[in-house]
Amino acid sequence: MVLAIFLIFAFIAVVCAINVVVQTHPISSAISLVGVMVSLAVLYLQLGAEFIAAAQVIVYAGAIMVLFVFVIMLLNAGAEVKHGRSLTAQLLGAPLLVALLGLLAYFVERLYPRSASVHFGGFTHGTPLDIGRALFTTYLLPFEATSILILIGIVGAIVLARKEMD
Amino acid sequence: MGSFIVITLIKVVVVFAVMLTTLAYLQWVERKVIAHIQVRPGPYRVGPHGLLQPVADIIKLITKEDLIPPYVNKPLYLAAPFIAMTMALLPIVVIPFGPAIDVAGYRTWMQLTDLNIGVLFVLAVASMGVYGIALAGWSSNNKYALLGGLRSSAQMISYELPLSLAIAAPLLISNTLSLRELVERQQGSMLEWNILHGPFPQVLSFLIFLIAGFAETNRVPFDLPEAENELVAGFHVEYSSMKFASFFMAEYANMITVSSMATLLFLGGWVAPWPARYGSSLVPVGIFAGAGVVALYHGMHPGHRRDRRTLPVFGVVFLGIAAFFLLPMVQAWLLPSFWFCVKTGSVLFTFMWVRGTLPRFRYDQLMGFTWKFLFPIAVLNLLATGFLVAWLG
Repeated sequence: MVLAIFLIFAFIAVVCAINVVVQTHPISSAISLVGVMVSLAVLYLQLGAEFIAAAQVIVYAGAIMVLFVFVIMLLNAGAEVKHGRSLTAQLLGAPLLVALLGLLAYFVERLYPRSASVHFGGFTHGTPLDIGRALFTTYLLPFEATSILILIGIVGAIVLARKEMD
Repeated sequence: MGSFIVITLIKVVVVFAVMLTTLAYLQWVERKVIAHIQVRPGPYRVGPHGLLQPVADIIKLITKEDLIPPYVNKPLYLAAPFIAMTMALLPIVVIPFGPAIDVAGYRTWMQLTDLNIGVLFVLAVASMGVYGIALAGWSSNNKYALLGGLRSSAQMISYELPLSLAIAAPLLISNTLSLRELVERQQGSMLEWNILHGPFPQVLSFLIFLIAGFAETNRVPFDLPEAENELVAGFHVEYSSMKFASFFMAEYANMITVSSMATLLFLGGWVAPWPARYGSSLVPVGIFAGAGVVALYHGMHPGHRRDRRTLPVFGVVFLGIAAFFLLPMVQAWLLPSFWFCVKTGSVLFTFMWVRGTLPRFRYDQLMGFTWKFLFPIAVLNLLATGFLVAWLG
């Protein structure tokens, strides 16, 4: 049952991810990206990270991607026109992709030995309580530093937007 | 395991049957409420007091021709009402209607499932609902629909912030994200409800939640996505038949979700306003008996000829319901559901009342209102609540 759900949503995630690249229209790509994010949230949920799963849907699928779709709709972006691919891309594209995937698989294999493989239901510390406690005790400094970084980003965005308006 | 699946399936069927009937009749109630605010009778022709009007509407909408304009983006055009409807119906699975009850030897909760991230689940599903409207507006390939979709996505993103901040304040007091535990923490009397809970009553965040909830459900005075004098019909202008109806059903389902969330977060869910030993279990009996007597009296002295037969029937039905509430074996599940329905119904009535009373916002007023007024107040309220909870809790 758990494995079946994993396979279904992993498959949806991969298909949607390929669709993001293949689609010519920006809206279709954006909607496929939403599909990827929601399937990833399901996978997080299966791994016992309930809070991360909810945050993934609320923040990424529900807020950031809505903003993407909003901007695409506002600019009324049309479908992308495909030009012929360059010779380099035609020759090297597929081998490089395979090489990259192979390299990634190799590093995952080296860094995470088989003894530490993932079990569904093995991890139960993903509740909002655990996350909140960890953020405000063990990881307080990185948490505050990230908050300040985001605040700087917000202030910067407002300053840039004001310049446009004048 | 086997009995769990069977019980869950029965609960799903019951909850969705009740939900869909409520959706159909909510529209009748709304038309009646608005009609009485505007001093006219409202639906009156189909059945007694127009009670069969929803059935007539459903038959009309199903049998109408289902047009698909040739210039739409077909996959997204077809998916949009489906997304809107799914995301509107989904939150009902975590909403508790009452405590654990015993039915035929099995103990079960009056709730489909309890998630320990229940509040976040509702927020997540609600935030996905905007895709239905935005995609409907975009895929219709019509400038009015596009403007409606744009307005709705901008409005929903903006009002989600004060909504989430308003939800966070009562959560600080109750210290849980599970909707079932949320209600259990508010047990006792009215003073334990989050809206009146010491040390810091959440009246302010209740009001912010309601206002932002109106905006999230695209209701008057925030119904700019479908402002008919500017945008013809807004995002659903190219939709017909049941696709059009599904947007309306989604709007009503969202209203029910917002009202039940207000009930659970602020008004103590299924808990009676005061304990049963002071007679709170007699309130529904009194209400229904009073309604029955009034209906009988008006049936004896009818204003219209048609009331002579219908009102006595209603009176007898109400008296029957009042007697039903006195039966001890049904009180365990009937009283909690009564209080839940009364609270949710009052919030729903507020939705209709506001629709009958207020004019629509202008677009810049709408945005200025949330960013310059609601959002700062919600932040201040959350800060004050946080300080008080840390200080006294």
